[in-house]
Amino acid sequence: MNLPLSSQIINLLAAMLLLLSFAMLTQRRILSLINLFALQGLTLTLSTLVVAWSTGQHHLYYSAALTFVLKVLILPSVLHRLIRKLSAKWDVETLINIPTTMLVGIALVILAFNVALPISQLAGTITKSTLGIALACVLLAFLTMITRSKAVPQVIGFLAMENGLVFAATSATYGMPMVVEFGIALDVMVGMVILGVFIFQIRERFDSLDIRHLEQLKEE
Amino acid sequence: MPGALQLILGVILLWLALGLAGVFFPRNLPLVSRVLFPAGAVGALALAAAALDALGGDTQSLVLPLGLPELPFHLRLDALSAFFLLLLGAVTAGVSIFAAGYFRRGEGTPPGLQCLYYHLFIASMALVLLADDAYAFMVFWETMALSSYFLVTSDHTKPEIRRAGFLYLLIAHVGAIGILLCFGLLHGTGDYTFDTMRAVQLAPVWATVAFALALFGFGAKAGMLPLHVWLPEAHPAAPSPVSALMSAVMLKTAIYGLLRVLFDLLHMQVWWWGVVILVLGLATALYGVVFSAVQSDMKRLLAYSSIENIGFILVGIGLAVTFQAYGMRALAALSLTAALYHCINHAFFKSLLFLATGSVLHATHERALGKLGGLIHRMPWVAWLALIGTLAIAGLPPLNGFVSEWLMLQAFLFTPSLPHPYLNMLIPVAAAAIALAAALAGYVMVKFYGVVFLGQPREQSLAAAHDAGIWERVGLVWLAAGCIALGVAPVAVIGVIDAVSGQLLGKTLGASAAGWMFLTPISPDRASYAPFLFLIVILAVWLLTWLAVRYFYHSGMRRAPPWDCGFPAQTARMQDTAEGFGQPIRQMFEPFFRMQRELPTPFDAKPRYRVIVEDHLWYWLYLPIVKVTEALTRVVTLLQRGRISVYLTYSFVTLLILLLFVK
Repeated sequence: MNLPLSSQIINLLAAMLLLLSFAMLTQRRILSLINLFALQGLTLTLSTLVVAWSTGQHHLYYSAALTFVLKVLILPSVLHRLIRKLSAKWDVETLINIPTTMLVGIALVILAFNVALPISQLAGTITKSTLGIALACVLLAFLTMITRSKAVPQVIGFLAMENGLVFAATSATYGMPMVVEFGIALDVMVGMVILGVFIFQIRERFDSLDIRHLEQLKEE
Repeated sequence: MPGALQLILGVILLWLALGLAGVFFPRNLPLVSRVLFPAGAVGALALAAAALDALGGDTQSLVLPLGLPELPFHLRLDALSAFFLLLLGAVTAGVSIFAAGYFRRGEGTPPGLQCLYYHLFIASMALVLLADDAYAFMVFWETMALSSYFLVTSDHTKPEIRRAGFLYLLIAHVGAIGILLCFGLLHGTGDYTFDTMRAVQLAPVWATVAFALALFGFGAKAGMLPLHVWLPEAHPAAPSPVSALMSAVMLKTAIYGLLRVLFDLLHMQVWWWGVVILVLGLATALYGVVFSAVQSDMKRLLAYSSIENIGFILVGIGLAVTFQAYGMRALAALSLTAALYHCINHAFFKSLLFLATGSVLHATHERALGKLGGLIHRMPWVAWLALIGTLAIAGLPPLNGFVSEWLMLQAFLFTPSLPHPYLNMLIPVAAAAIALAAALAGYVMVKFYGVVFLGQPREQSLAAAHDAGIWERVGLVWLAAGCIALGVAPVAVIGVIDAVSGQLLGKTLGASAAGWMFLTPISPDRASYAPFLFLIVILAVWLLTWLAVRYFYHSGMRRAPPWDCGFPAQTARMQDTAEGFGQPIRQMFEPFFRMQRELPTPFDAKPRYRVIVEDHLWYWLYLPIVKVTEALTRVVTLLQRGRISVYLTYSFVTLLILLLFVK
């Protein structure tokens, strides 16, 4: 199999993305989790740049710049500040133990490839083989959200899921229209703000960030 | 020269603008009460005039470029719509003028917002009457329900009012589902305009299902048994002008909807549909009047009386359907005329009475009949005008209530000609029941008027009661004048109604065979009624008696203490009470009620008597439904664990299943 260089680079970056997703799924420490998230953002930026360069799609440059600013610079620094303010550098408690999570993650990846196979056969893009990875990233991020019991890791899971979505869009159709991308970027910002408020409210109310406290809100 | 439909749309726009003006100045009471409400009343008069003009003219239709893409609002003004718009405009004019003097500061919702909901409410009712496709109809229908919900809960600080509002909203929505499904059946496979529905030929089974759904949906809005429970809760909770509008006009939009579906959209009538409506209407009428006799809150009493009147109207519609199904068009026209006549009558006298209770409420801050009394001296305007309404609703000639009841009984007298032996046996019983309901309605009104206005004041504070203000008086006088005019000129009114029966049944009553003075349905040798002569005779007798008394007995009025039977220590509390007056009815119709009584023993130092009268249907029908719903809810609650992880897992699993399914 003799792929052009750009394709090989994209495949490499996609593999890194998947690896990072797994790393986030298993990471216990919250600071490392934020760093991994920033790294994932950087990988995504690089892959978008490569796609843009090799296909000549100009709007993907903007998309890459947006991703870089938002997900590598702003959001990680906001999250770092949040952690410092909350002085919450604890280990992440997972609800299910990590090896089980890994096994579930592997099953998800297989499923994602299986689902993406017919679509990527139809797609004519140079990135078509990465669609399965993108889908797997989304599912793994979702799983991260489910298995964490603290609020900040859940927020990171949510943001990582969005990374997977952007990657899926780039790989399947060379990115979404610019308007949609801006919209999604705005959504992420707004979501971040809301979740930030939410986190502070939880802490004020329960003196802890453990979302298990929210179970008390249930109506009997 | 713009057509009537354009003029009506202009009035509706004016109402919406007035409502919006209220939003910008929510607490500016002088603006709201001196400018916005009177302007709304002028608009209502213009609307009534336009509708009257349209009744004689051709059908007009219009497509509004509003609504969803490809789904504009169709409007149509035909005789049926015009008749109900006439009713809406004429009554709203009086109610709006009254409302100008009624809304005050500091009572729940600020006056500007009341103004918004009020005008939204009347505008949506007018649009419901104009709608010519199911989509527009449902949109306006729901707007009507929501705006009236906010009006009902304008005193939302009280929990029982919030509860009443919720019950109203719930039943309104359950009914709306029935109507929606009915339209879903009617439209066949075409689009949702009423024109398409008219063309669709449904199989008899589906037509019957559509009929049942329409009866359910519109019955829920009209307060038909057993869907009436919201009415005695919501009407007393609302401010009086709103109770008046809801009772007078909103219930009639349900009647309008039923007529629209039965006679216009469905292409057939089946005789037993009429019997179903007749039986339900009879049950509603009897039930409403019996319950109204035992109430001790004046607005609840009137609300139950509205249920009775709706039952009465339904009886007329039921007879019309049966006659029409057998092809006896003249008799169908007679029954339908009686029903429509009663619609407009009820609109006038019930809004008059509700507004009068509003004035009493403002003057005394009291709704319980047991704490009122003797108000005719303190509030002569309200008392005399309410007397007109009371006599009208009791069905006394020459006022309007008599005309429709008389027409209805005439219709019943013709039923032996029906080609169906069982019906011929059943219907005399129904006629007797209607006569009973009419008589009991008279009893109820004697109770209402006697306890509130006559006798001695039952509380010290009633001495401070003041008469209604000038705006309120104008509104009351307008409605009372309507009651008299409708009673004295029935031939002219029937001329108006003929346009509707001509459209729906293809046959008119034509009651003017013997000139404008005599009302002669079917034929002059059978029965005739001359209200104008009646009025003149009554006035003459009254005047002669008065003069005779003045001449022979004494001159001038003189007040003296009543004869006390030799027992000097009489107090106002020894008068007959509302409970006492209703007691015979409570005894006779005991199986209707679920009663809890607390009787004092003869040795009680402080005797207390208490009776709570409740509705069997609430316990037999509604509470079981509530229990089943609660049980189902508990099952669903199992899904709700309160943990974000669990909720996320739900969506995750859903996503996975969908992915596998798509693959």
